Amino acid sequence: MKRATTYHKTLNATTKNLSRVRNFVSTQAKKHGFTDNQINDIRLAVDEACTNVIKHAYSFDESKEFNVDLEFDNSSLSIEITDFGIGFNPSKYEAPNLHQRVKQKKRGGMGIFLIKNLMDDLTYDSDGSKNVIKMIKYRN
Amino acid sequence: MKSFKIERRTNNGYEVIDLHGELDAHTASQLEETLQQLINNKKANIIVNFQKLEYIASAGLGVFMAYIEDVRSIGGDIKLTNMNSKVYNVFDLLGFPTLYDILDDEEKAIKKFLKEK
Repeated sequence: MKRATTYHKTLNATTKNLSRVRNFVSTQAKKHGFTDNQINDIRLAVDEACTNVIKHAYSFDESKEFNVDLEFDNSSLSIEITDFGIGFNPSKYEAPNLHQRVKQKKRGGMGIFLIKNLMDDLTYDSDGSKNVIKMIKYRN
Repeated sequence: MKSFKIERRTNNGYEVIDLHGELDAHTASQLEETLQQLINNKKANIIVNFQKLEYIASAGLGVFMAYIEDVRSIGGDIKLTNMNSKVYNVFDLLGFPTLYDILDDEEKAIKKFLKEK
């Protein structure tokens, strides 16, 4: 059995908590020996995933909660973000066309693209009552 | 948390916005208000200086996406300067260098504005 260390945080769905989540993952990733560049990637990916939950799953309803779970082992950091709101499947997501979006004065829709670029693996699971986005960053 | 802050000044007649701290989905509305104010006052030659900005999420980039067309339609531009490599990397990943002038410093931004006159 692999040895792992886990951390858990439950937060209310408000953008005020984004900096708390960023600090939480950065602090633990640093403690577990990830490099500064890796921590920058992880911090942004988690921020984007939590922003999506707050905005899309919960429509900024601050009374709702989501969970952030970290699992460190010898080879990787695995992050799960769980919400109980409206589901969104990132595998159906396509890369944004920046020129088109700017012409249409659209913003957003870039978070999943960033997560896919910043992390080594991204999976999504929804059973109708909860949605779990799982991201992995390998040490090497 | 390094709190987010915006300061406004002018440099040779160009509007400069200095960004400080961390720009995310929570703080992006402050930048939006500042850009909106400038556009409302027809101040369209804008330089955004990122020297003191330590972090940016896509919500921050979204503000630039939403306003660039408005600024260009009144004959101006938003030029971005002094980004650290961490912040530049996010702009680069999303393809911003093809649509926005991202320059080393304000002097280069001003030269670029003058060349476009």
